[in-house]
Formats: sequence, structure tokens, C-alpha cells
Amino acid sequence: MKFEIEGITVYFPYDNIYPEQFSYMVELKRALDAKGHCLLEMPTGTGKTIALLSLITSYVLSKPNSPLKLLYCTRTVHEMEKTLAELRLLHDYQLRHLGPAAKILALGLSSRKNLCVNPRVLAAENRDSVDAGCRKLTASWVRALAAENPAVPSCEFFEQYERAGSSAVLPPGVYTLQDLRAYGKEKGWCPYYLARHMVQFANVVVYSYQYLLDPKVASIISKEMQKESVVVFDEAHNIDNVCIEALSVSVRRQTIEGARRNLTRMRQDIDKFKATDAGRLRAEYNRLVEGLALRGDLPATDGWLANPALPDDILKEAVPGNIRRAEHFIHVLRRLVQYLEGRLDTENVEKESPVSFVVSILNHAGIDQKALKFCYDRLHSLMMTLEITDTDEFLHIQTICDFATLVGTYARGFSIIIEPFDERMPHIPDPVLQLCCHDASLAIKPVFERFQSVVITSGTLSPIDLYPRLLNFNPVVSRSFTMSLTRDCICPMVLTRGSDQLPVSTKFDMRSDLGVVRNYGRLLLEMASVVPDGIVCFFVSYSYMDGIVNTWNENGILQEIMQHKLVFIETQDVVETTLALDNYRKACDCGRGAIFFSVARGKVAEGIDFDRHYGRLVIMFGVPFQYTLSKILLARLEYLRDTFQIKEGDFLTFDALRQAAQCVGRVIRSKADYGMMIFADKRYSRHDKRSKLPSWILSHLHDAHLNLSTDMALHIARDFLRKMAQPYDKTGGTGRKTLLSQEDLEKMAVSGMDDMMF
Amino acid sequence: MSSGQVVKCAKYKINVKHPGTPGILKLTPDKFTFRPNDPTSTNKLDLDFRFITTHKVTKEGSNKPPWLNLTHANGSYIFELESFADLHLCREFVGIALSKHVHAEATKVISEEQLSAAEMNLRIKLLQEDSKLQRLHKELVASGQLTESEFWATKKKLLDQDESRKLKQRIGFKNSLIYDSKPMSDGRINMVKFQFTPEIKYQIFALKPAVHQAFLNFVPSKMSEVDFWNKYFKAEYIHSTKNAVAAAAEAAEDEDLAVFLKDDEILEIEARKKIRRVDPTLDMEADQGDDYTHLPDHGIFRDGSKDTSEAQNSMYKRTLLQDLNRQGAVVLEGKTLDMEMEHPRIAAEILARRKQESDGVVDEGRQNRISKMTLIEDLQAQDNHPYAPLCIKDPRDYFDSQQANAIKTLDDSQTRMEQMICSLGSEEAYGSLRASISKIKTTGLRDPLFSPEVALKVLSGLTKNISSAKYHLGKSSQESVLDILPNTTKEKLLDHWVCSQELLRHFWSSYPITTQSLVNKTQRLKDSISQIYSKLEEIKKSAGSDLRHHVSLVVHPMQQALDAALLHYEADIRKRNARGKKPNGFV
Repeated sequence: MKFEIEGITVYFPYDNIYPEQFSYMVELKRALDAKGHCLLEMPTGTGKTIALLSLITSYVLSKPNSPLKLLYCTRTVHEMEKTLAELRLLHDYQLRHLGPAAKILALGLSSRKNLCVNPRVLAAENRDSVDAGCRKLTASWVRALAAENPAVPSCEFFEQYERAGSSAVLPPGVYTLQDLRAYGKEKGWCPYYLARHMVQFANVVVYSYQYLLDPKVASIISKEMQKESVVVFDEAHNIDNVCIEALSVSVRRQTIEGARRNLTRMRQDIDKFKATDAGRLRAEYNRLVEGLALRGDLPATDGWLANPALPDDILKEAVPGNIRRAEHFIHVLRRLVQYLEGRLDTENVEKESPVSFVVSILNHAGIDQKALKFCYDRLHSLMMTLEITDTDEFLHIQTICDFATLVGTYARGFSIIIEPFDERMPHIPDPVLQLCCHDASLAIKPVFERFQSVVITSGTLSPIDLYPRLLNFNPVVSRSFTMSLTRDCICPMVLTRGSDQLPVSTKFDMRSDLGVVRNYGRLLLEMASVVPDGIVCFFVSYSYMDGIVNTWNENGILQEIMQHKLVFIETQDVVETTLALDNYRKACDCGRGAIFFSVARGKVAEGIDFDRHYGRLVIMFGVPFQYTLSKILLARLEYLRDTFQIKEGDFLTFDALRQAAQCVGRVIRSKADYGMMIFADKRYSRHDKRSKLPSWILSHLHDAHLNLSTDMALHIARDFLRKMAQPYDKTGGTGRKTLLSQEDLEKMAVSGMDDMMF
Repeated sequence: MSSGQVVKCAKYKINVKHPGTPGILKLTPDKFTFRPNDPTSTNKLDLDFRFITTHKVTKEGSNKPPWLNLTHANGSYIFELESFADLHLCREFVGIALSKHVHAEATKVISEEQLSAAEMNLRIKLLQEDSKLQRLHKELVASGQLTESEFWATKKKLLDQDESRKLKQRIGFKNSLIYDSKPMSDGRINMVKFQFTPEIKYQIFALKPAVHQAFLNFVPSKMSEVDFWNKYFKAEYIHSTKNAVAAAAEAAEDEDLAVFLKDDEILEIEARKKIRRVDPTLDMEADQGDDYTHLPDHGIFRDGSKDTSEAQNSMYKRTLLQDLNRQGAVVLEGKTLDMEMEHPRIAAEILARRKQESDGVVDEGRQNRISKMTLIEDLQAQDNHPYAPLCIKDPRDYFDSQQANAIKTLDDSQTRMEQMICSLGSEEAYGSLRASISKIKTTGLRDPLFSPEVALKVLSGLTKNISSAKYHLGKSSQESVLDILPNTTKEKLLDHWVCSQELLRHFWSSYPITTQSLVNKTQRLKDSISQIYSKLEEIKKSAGSDLRHHVSLVVHPMQQALDAALLHYEADIRKRNARGKKPNGFV
């Protein structure tokens, strides 16, 4: 359908539109007009993504001269795939209605691991070895060698891409990673470098958060994005955590050992070069005297992860004299590693600010702050000079240099915490030195400053006023939309008691209580016998899930559950989890029915949809609080209190509830879909907890469903399922319209918008 | 011979000593009758050949007279014929009749239409299994009232059912952990017991390809089967103690044991293969490629939101969670064979086969699935369906409207005309609306469905039946009116009932008449219906006075049903002849 929003013709690939999608577009359009940032919360299952994509592409189409570009950030690769699939649908529609004028180039960008088509490189196991494998074939010095000596292996895909030169372009269209690979294979061009090259010309780029937020990656990939870009962070409820993680580093015993090995090897390399090619080292020295700005003209294939500090914070001056010579630098690093090892060897938990840490480094190791700051760039330069291609072997020394650079650069918003062991497992010594960032606004600040509009959107951003404070920005539009429902297709319930009427909770003192474990098991068992197709369960942590599943196994509940449905479980192994999910879907598709056990804050909770028959019921066992005794969390809470005046309790509850809401929100995809959500913990019945849930869940949480026991919940579930099985009128019938056709929109445009806002 | 019958003078002997009742023996392909010359004699016979199991004759030249002995289930009929020549004739006839009886269907089927042998066999089998059906078949088809295909057309379900019975559902893989093999220790002696059955063996093989592989490699060349399983369960026991260190130590000592304790390599390879074909919207493995914050030692390592992994000795630590996932996967794959797992070679073949199957072209299907998944279903246009979705908000509304429809079709004199023209312009529609309004104005609305008098009559008739039946039948609810009737009448009635039901079904299913063949068929059916009608009438009359009332009670509804059919037929014929211009579809 095609309609007008304040002078812009919007092309929407469906024949109907939900009213909240329409309002969402209106708000978004206003934010784009104002060239400002915005914060939009809309429930899952109301087609956020497609609304967003149609409005922004239509906005660009209506202003043919503007160089507006869409940078769409997703958290995961599979979300990237979903977004691109929706974009393709939209693009096809626009092409049909507008002809070639609507042609755009849209592509997904990921790492070499997901884009490489060279079978030799791809054989490597993880991302870093794939990156290194690529470097081994494509680094400039390797290629120079290969040109002289055909026995030196090179990557035929990259060579062909290089040979094609400027004619190597992607024709307009929408490219998923799969399409890029297929195209690359067909043309014989390297899809990874082709995609990276095409990012500059693309109208829409879909990639991971980290390509914008993590300075290490962002300054390589997103360096040349123009200001007139719209940046969208989808599913952004965890964005503060991503920001924080992007600037945090931890050092463990293995790191120290690895770094030592790396240093030894570099030392050997230096000696070798001294004997054979001393001029090279001298050239590097001269270059460093002039400053580090020479990095710009490096061939793309030589590039490595960039400086971990934010671009504005990197000093544009020459490298200090004491680390210019290669052997001096190695020596400095040795002293640093030595010092860190000494600090790791501690009995007690220590917390320190970066400033005092830097001072003590100076006192004990004789390395000043400026030298620390340059560590990373100096290492990078040295590795280029030494022509090191197996970068995956050098990750440890890189970590040390990252740490040094960050600690030397930032005085505020960070702290250094040294723990001799994990508090939950005090018998296993595992010392960690962690540099953790507390301030989410640091990493995202350059994004807000650089780009004209940043859209932060998700199904759960409640309370919506907290995010601007956490991220330190001023949105021009900040709104939370409710869901207009044709029927009550979601059924949230708070279950406080088990079948024996005793309270259930995952509170620390209750969680190992056998009665609670049994009650949770009975709940799942009874539900499995009533609910068709898929059931998803979320637990508060891996260890809790592991424990409870083992107990269920021992007392036979698991066996009974398995008689109703197949059981699949998220483990810490992603490959296994992915296969388990795939099997879970198969089991739901074929009618066998299945249960998926998963973990709040886990990878599955973050991005896998359990829509339609893949999830008719979600059970959230417990409240997914963070581990409150964690030193890092405490430090962060302290920082939040001092800087933003956010109370500790408030933040913890907010964080737990957004995770819970995120978990249960995965069941609904459209209004034709339906699903139940059970919050199984007595603490949910308390107002201070419950009120933090997003409003679209709260509005369906009846008072009668606030304090249920298993049998009552079962009764409600039966009723609900029977009700949902009836046919219904999709348009919402007589009352307020929940589905608008083009006609409705036209009528509304005449009569004014007021009557449809909600 | 084929002309159908043999008529001979014969004596009917109840037993060998019996002097015999003189009379006429008449043999037809289906049955034989004996009518005594003396009409008062009770030795009348009228029997189907199918009751006869065998037939015997006395040998010519023996001292016995020419006897024909037809044995049935509990005795025999002996006829003394006048001469051996007659006897031969009869014997031949009986022999053919009896053999034909078995193969009657087969011969006919061939002549009718071309059927696959399988279907033919199926029909024959059905007939042999079900004597009622057989009788019905004979009555209707043999007499030419229905053709073979017409008869079977209404029995589709029977045929289908039989078809589906053949494709028996196979039992899937049991969705339970290998429970029985859990160690049972009685606590007193230092001994652990494991249960072990072929089914468990199969389960183990399916769940743990490595064990399977090891079995194929080791047994019987390296160790005996018993040794193998001993080792296996030892490993299981070590594993169940959850002592990873002990497991590692044991494995280091005994390399065979290590096979069971280590992670399954075959599974890993399979997993790596499978992951390439996984739906990209699920592929979490791909995320790792983009995760630059979780470079080793980047990001927050221990903040409580993540669990620490106990990576040490993970090699010997198979968790329950992994087992559960594996279990689910195997159940989904399904059982490849039934319980013929005793032989290890067969198992090896299965393993190989399973691998081949898994290498298919899946990419396209995957692509399609993604694009389908991205569509938001209820935002799309709903129409373009040739049918409207069934949407019942108020059941009463729905049934009322349905009833109106039903009445309309019953009374097809005017409405049919209106139905014919369905794609009208708005003007025409308006015109017809006006016309119908004016018609209602002139004729008034239709009378109520039933006149009250009729309703009362039906009601009282029904209640009378109930009360009288109750009176006669006493306490037992099992008995029915039929039980009071003499056996022959009852049987005849039942036969007629089945027969008339079948006929009626065919009759009504052939309306509306659209082809010439249907015209013919109804014609034929109408004739047979009227025959049955008269037969029923006969039964009614022949019944004794004390039973007449009951018989008529039973016969009445049957006759009514037949009446309705006949009436409808008449009406239809009249309409057909009356109307000059025939609308579409009518013949």
C-alpha cells in the first residue's frame, strides 16, 4: 500500500498496516525532519523493522538529492539475515511500484568468517584464525612475494577482485551474506573485500552493533560513513552493556603466559631482521619520529583491528622516544607484563582507579602514561614491520597493549578490579585483572556526535527515561507505543505458588529448596500436557539450569516431561545450541512438540524468535537478577549512583525486568499470533518489580492473574488456548480499528490524525 | 447350463434312514429349493449355496441309490434322485455353483472395468470377510440394479481404510533417556548392576555413534561382545560418578575405555556438517564471527551476568544437557529400522545410509522458508480465496442461516433459476430484488415449515411407538421389536432394510441429475425401490395377526423412506417434462 505522511509518500509492502506502525512512522519521520536522535519503544510482534525500513527508504526516495544513508545495526548475524529478508520484500514492492528509480544497494556486512569463500581459509575453526588465514594469503608483502614466486600461495578470489579494479562493483539489489558469497563465487571476487568496498556506496548497510560501537572495529569499517546517515540500533535494550563491554579488557594468567611467548618470538624476529634487513627497522624508526599518521595509506588487507580507544581520544603526535626502537618497546612490554603478573598474584580483591594504577605502573615498572597510551599503535606498527601474518597467535600481547592504551587514555568511568578467584567457586584459583568501563555513554558518544540521526528502538525500553541518562544524549522524540489488539492474544500470568500452594522463587535462599525445584518441574510438566507445539523456558543462569535439570532428571520429572515433548537445551557451545534450536523448530513443525530450555541473558534470549507454533508458552523461572555480589557490578552501581543519581536497587530491578520482558516478548510476532507468558516467581507479584515491565505486557496482566498457583494457571491456560483457537475478525470489527487499509488511512488524512493516536 | 437352473424330481431325506419326501429339487446358480409334492409337508427347503461347504454323491455301481449329499455347517441335506444321470447333472451343477460362489466376484469384476489386480483382490477379500456385504452385493449387483462400480463407489471408505491399514504407522524412537541402564546398586555389596536389552542396545547405538563404531571395529576381532559391553558399562559407571579426573585417569590407562569416555568425534563431524545447513535466522555460530568484544580477554569477563565455564577436563565431561539434545535429535531422525538390531552389520549399513540421506539440496528450501517467515501474515490482503473463511461468532445465527439455505434448495422450483444467474450487474440485482419483493407482496411469506397438525401427528406416533414397545419388551433394553418376530421374517426384514438403505443412498446421491447415465441410474433404482416396497408390503400382509402391528411398526419407517424417494422421483420427472427451456447443467 501507498500512503502519505506529512508530504512523504510511504511505500509499505503489505495491504494493511497496524495503527501503531503508522504512528511509529509518523514519529520517526518527525525525528528525521528534525535531524535529531530518537528513542522508540514498540512491542514485539508489531512489525517494527518493516515500519522502520519502509519509512526511511521512502524518506530517501522522496528526497532524491539527499545523500541519506541507512546504517542498520543488529545485535546478531541472524537478525541481520531477518532484516535483510524484510528489506528485500520491501525493495521488491518498491520496484514494482516505482520502477528502476527505487533501485538501491543494500548489503549485510560481517567478518571474514561469514563472508569468505576461499575453502582453504574457511577450514579454520574460529574467527581469528580465519582472519589470520586471510592475512597469510593477502597481506601486501605476501602478495609481493607471490608475484615473484608462484610457489607462494595467494588467494585467487582476492587477486581476481584486485585485477577487476574499479569495475568490481555490486549491481543494485539487496544482498544477504549468502547472496554476497554466491555473487563472489560466481564472479570469482572476494566477497569480503567487495562488501567492504561497497559499503561506501550502499544505501543501506546492515551490520553488527560493534562495527559502530567498538572502536577497534569501527575505525576500520565505519570510518568513512558520511554524517547524513541514519543509524538504527534495533533491539537496543542491551545497548548500554554492549557499549561497556566494547571498552573493557581483562587479563588472566593465560594472557600473561601467551604475551610472554609473543614477546619472545618478536624478539627473535627483530634479531633476524637486524641481521638481514636492518634498513627496514630503521625506516620504521624514522616513520615513528614523524608520527603515526602513516596508517592511512596502508592497503586494506594489511589492516588489523584498530586502536581500542575512541578516535577523539587518540593523541595525534609522535610516539614517545623511549618506545620508538623496536627492542626498547619489547623491553617496555616485558616490564609491563611482569608488573601485571605481580599484581595478579594477590590474595584479596583489589579495586583501583586508572589514575592510581598508572601511577603505580610508573613507580614499579617505570612506564609513564604517555608510553602506555601509545602501546597499541606501536605494537601495530611493529607487527607490520616484522611482517607477521599469523595474527591469531598474537592476540595475547594485543590484549596487553589494549589494556595499556585504555588505562593510559581514560581517567574517568573506569576501574581496575583484581580478583583472585570467582566468588561462586572459591576453591578454584583463577586470578583476573579487569579493566572495566562503567560509563556506557563513552563508547556511543562518537556515534551521537557524528551522525545526524540515531534511532534507538526495541520492544523493551521501559522505563524509557532511563536510557537517555545512561547513554547521555538528548532525544528529540522519545515515545513508547502500546499495542492495539484485535483480541487478547497474549496472556501474561504471575505464578507465585506451586501445586502444593507453597511459594516458588529463585531467591538465593530458596533456589536450592527441593520443594521449589519440584514445583517448578510440576508446573512445566502440567503445562507440557496442555500446551500444543512449542514451549520455551528461561532460567536465571546456566548453573541454575544445569542444576535444576539434573534434579528433575533424578526425581523422574524430566522423564515424564519427555513423554509429552522433546527436550532441547541451550548450552554454552554455540554450535550445539544452534543445532538444538534447529531440531526444536523441526519438532514443532512436524507436530511432535518440544520444549526449549534457555537462559535469560544468554545468546538465545537475545535474538531468537519463538513466534507462532515455535512458542505458545514461555515460562520465566525466577527473576533474572545479575549476580549482585560481583565486584564489577558493584563498582558500576556505585558509578551510576554518583554520576547519574540512579539508585542501585532501581537499576538492578530495571535490568532484571528488561531481561525478563525480553525473554517473554519473543513469542509474539504478529497480531494473528498468540502466546502465554508465565512469570514463575513470587517476587513478580510485588508492585515495585512488576511495574518495571513494559506497558504492553502490563496492560494484559489482569489483576486476577497476579497471584496464581499451578492448578489455576493450568485452568487459565486451557481457557486461553480454547479461546485463541476460534476464528476472529482480523480488522478488529466494530470497535477501534486494529488493522488499517489504504482507504482508512486516506480517510484519516482528511479528518485529521487526532482520532487514531493512542 | 448357464441358462441357470436344473429342475429334477427328487426325494428329500432328513437322514439316511428317512424314507424321503418326494418333491421337486430346483437348482439355480445361487441356491437350491425343494418343494415337496405334498404342500402340507414341512420339509420345504430354500437355501443358498454359500451355506453348503461340500457336496458328495454316491458312486455309480455301488449298492446305494443315487444320493446327492450337500453338507452344511451342522448337518447335511440328502436328496435321492431318480437316476444316476440326473445325479451327474446335479453334481456338475452343484460343483460349478459352489466353486463359482467363491469366485463369483472375480469374474464379474473383470468384465466390468479394468481394475488393478490388487484392488480386485481387495474387493474380493472384503466380500469374503463380510457376509452381509456379500449378500448385499449379490442382491444389488448380481440382479443388475447397480453396476459394480456404482456399488463400490459408496464403499470408498472401506477400500481406503484397508489401504491405510497396510501402511501401518511405524513406531518411532523412544523418547526416554537410557534409563534402564542406570546403575543400580543395592548398597550392601560392592557391585553395580546394569540392565541390558536389545532395545537399549539399539538406543545406545543410535545415540552414540562412537560406541557403535567401536563395536563394529572391536567385535568380534578384538574382544567378545560380552567384554565389549562390560567395558562400555564400566565407562558409563565412571561417568555417572561425575568424576572427570578419574575418568581421565582411567582413559589414560585403557585406550579402549577411552573411546567411551571421550567426546564423540563422529557427532562433532556431523554437527559441523549440519551447521552449514541450518536456517540462517537461527545461526548463532555466525555471530561469533562478528563478536569483536569477546576476543579472548576482551569485554567484561566476570560480572555475574555470565557464568564462568569450567573448561578444565571438559574432554571427559559429557553433560546431561548434551545427552538431552542428542536424544531429541535422534528421536526426530526417527527409527531407521525396527528391532532387527541384533546384527551389527545391519546397523553399519544404517549408519551409512543415514549419512547419504543427509546430503541433499536444502539451500533453496531454506531460502523459501526465510522469505515466508518474514511475511507478517495478518497484514497481507486476506481475500483472493475462492472461499470465505468459516467464521462463526454466534452458533445460533449460523445454524439459522444454514437452515434457510437448506429450505431453499429443497424447494427448487423458483430458486434454482435465481441461482443460475449469479454474476449480475447492480442494475439487474436491483431489478431482481424488486421482483422478489413484489412477489412476496402478492403471495405472502411462505407458510411455516410444518403445519401444527402434522407435527402433532408425528409426535404422537413416535410416543405411541415408544410406549408400546416398552410395554411389549419388558425390562431388557437389549431386546427390540425384531426379537419378537419369527426368525425368517426378521432376517428378511433385515435384508430388506440393508438393501433399501443402500438403494436409497445411491438414489439420493444421484441427485441433482446432470448426465444421462444418472437418469438411467435413477430409473433403475426407482424400479428396485418399488420392488422392495412391494416386498415389504407382502411381509406386512403375511405376518400373523398378533405380530402384524409390530411388523408394520418396523416396516413403516422403511416404507416412508422409500415413499419419499419415489415421490421425489415422480416430482422430478414431472418437472423435467414440464419445463420447456432447461437451465444449464440439466439433462
